[in-house]
Amino acid sequence: MSEYLLEVNNLKMYFPVYGGIFRRQTGKVHAVDGLSLKIKKGETVGLVGESGCGKTTVGRAVLRLYNLSGGEVFFEGDNISGMTQGELRLLRRNMQMIFQDPFESLDARQTIGEIIEEPFIIHKIGTAKTRRDEIEKLLSRVGLSGSAVTRFPHEFSGGQRQRIGIARAIALKPKLVVCDEPVSALDVSIQSQILNLLLDLQSEMNLTYLFIAHDLSVVKHISDNIAVMYLGKIVEYTDADSVYKNPLHPYTQALISAIPVPDPSERKQKIVLHGDVPSPLSPPPGCRFHTRCPFAFGRCRSEEPELKPAPGTRDEEHLVACHLVNSGK
Amino acid sequence: MNKDAILRVENLVTSFDTEAGRIRAVDDVSFEVRKGEVLGIVGESGCGKSVTALSVMRLLPQPSGRIESGRIMFSGTNIADLPAERMHEIRGNRISMIFQEPMTALNPVHRIGDQIGEVFRLRYQGMNEKEISEGSVEMLRKVGISDPKKRVEEYPHQISGGMRQRVMIAMALACKPDILIADEPTTALDVTIQAQILELMNQLQAETGMAIIFITHALGVIAETSDRVLVMYAGKVAETGPVDKIFNKPLHPYTKGLLLSIPRLEGERKKKLHVINGMVPALHELPTGCRFRNRCPNAMPVCGTVHPPVSIVEDEHLVNCYLYV
Repeated sequence: MSEYLLEVNNLKMYFPVYGGIFRRQTGKVHAVDGLSLKIKKGETVGLVGESGCGKTTVGRAVLRLYNLSGGEVFFEGDNISGMTQGELRLLRRNMQMIFQDPFESLDARQTIGEIIEEPFIIHKIGTAKTRRDEIEKLLSRVGLSGSAVTRFPHEFSGGQRQRIGIARAIALKPKLVVCDEPVSALDVSIQSQILNLLLDLQSEMNLTYLFIAHDLSVVKHISDNIAVMYLGKIVEYTDADSVYKNPLHPYTQALISAIPVPDPSERKQKIVLHGDVPSPLSPPPGCRFHTRCPFAFGRCRSEEPELKPAPGTRDEEHLVACHLVNSGK
Repeated sequence: MNKDAILRVENLVTSFDTEAGRIRAVDDVSFEVRKGEVLGIVGESGCGKSVTALSVMRLLPQPSGRIESGRIMFSGTNIADLPAERMHEIRGNRISMIFQEPMTALNPVHRIGDQIGEVFRLRYQGMNEKEISEGSVEMLRKVGISDPKKRVEEYPHQISGGMRQRVMIAMALACKPDILIADEPTTALDVTIQAQILELMNQLQAETGMAIIFITHALGVIAETSDRVLVMYAGKVAETGPVDKIFNKPLHPYTKGLLLSIPRLEGERKKKLHVINGMVPALHELPTGCRFRNRCPNAMPVCGTVHPPVSIVEDEHLVNCYLYV
């Protein structure tokens, strides 16, 4: 069996756009356009990028919540790209998701007990009694009291709801958990509680995380490796420390420079990118970042750069898609 | 009081009618804003930072919200009890506000140029239509929108979130206010767009000399923008001071905890983050005494008595905590 729990090859996700009086397809959103990624067991890969870069779509596509437009996804060595919903159902207990919005991801009409019991019922695991014990254990593991069982989501704060979402996700002891912006909606003092919980659960249960967020400081804290995305593509992939210490792609450099540092003595000149992210409906030709890149030259406008090992780095450890970096200038 | 203060909030109490009874969202808050400075107000959701801003603007939701007591002194007048008509002259003219969500703050059915023009129309009765439309184009150019002549003809949905926030800033600054209140102006924006907006606000402030009240939950944004900082917790001020003191020598256990709990880029990966236990109490079930005491690592018996008085620890560095009494 492969050493990778999850392997994604050349993933493509296009969404049709309809327009006109006949609602004909007028175009497609290139949400993810040829993305490859490998995650080892027990590892965390962070996916970082701005809104619209396709990071959430990647998370949903690897769980096969969509039918892929192209490419392949392997889970524990099995190609799941073409599996039917029935076949996927068995797999789903091994791959779970934690959502951003703890208000919308819990059914308001179910009690907390029912919400956490549901995965057991779907997969026909245990009896009513053993389930009840499991639910109690799960609740205490995520830091909630047992009395939560009979209460409803609206009775809990955002941080507590996120704990409920986590309890549901880990209920069946999954192997892979896709965390989609799990702390972005939370207050600063609650954010660190949830990040610590996710780290503890990972070491206890040997979980593998695909951690999606826009906040690079958060992603860097929790990840082993980080993929920086821009308009549906990975522009840089390396270990979490190198992203911060040695960013090579001009976009990664700008992204790091733009992060407000909580230290007033560090007010430094920033790299301010001009303009907005182009529409994924018609991504620019060549390098997708060339419209905002301060270093763009002729080749960037016509030829798309490949994601490949940066010159001067060891084997496959630091990948960059940039003509400037890859030509060694 | 500092001689450069242009706005002084004194013992402000703002309350709301809720199902749980009347609650005080802002409870005895005092601060001042000085000419040309950026005052950062930082705190978590429910700490009262936005309600403080809405009280100053006199834009509290009606009929549930009201200023119970306290004074808001602006150029010699207490605007807390100013009649609504007189407040019109100040709001939008001398004190302006921009909001977190520029899509809901802009009117979707009016062209951008008309929305900026409306500000001129209300303020300067003598302007003719040509001057108004030129003024709108000029404001858009000032906030860094390319091709402003074309943009004034567009509707809010046709432009990006970052541009909408620029339009909001253009509207807020059209009347050259003395004070701009910015309530989480970059929270809904991406980090590279946030950097653009912060740079723009910085540059406009240098040009106009206006004071800015910058409200946010993001400590990084405060560190980069503010001269002085007000840290709020559960409707009360926890600590006030110059920005370098707040970040390098925080006094209040809450400020200390907040600063320790944020993951930092240069920090050690996967290391346990500092945690402030528990959560912000609901405003209808506040603890007695210091509102932070249930989560405070330094809580003492005295903390349960009454809210701690303000202590001046160093010049300009004030804290409400029994550790310093």
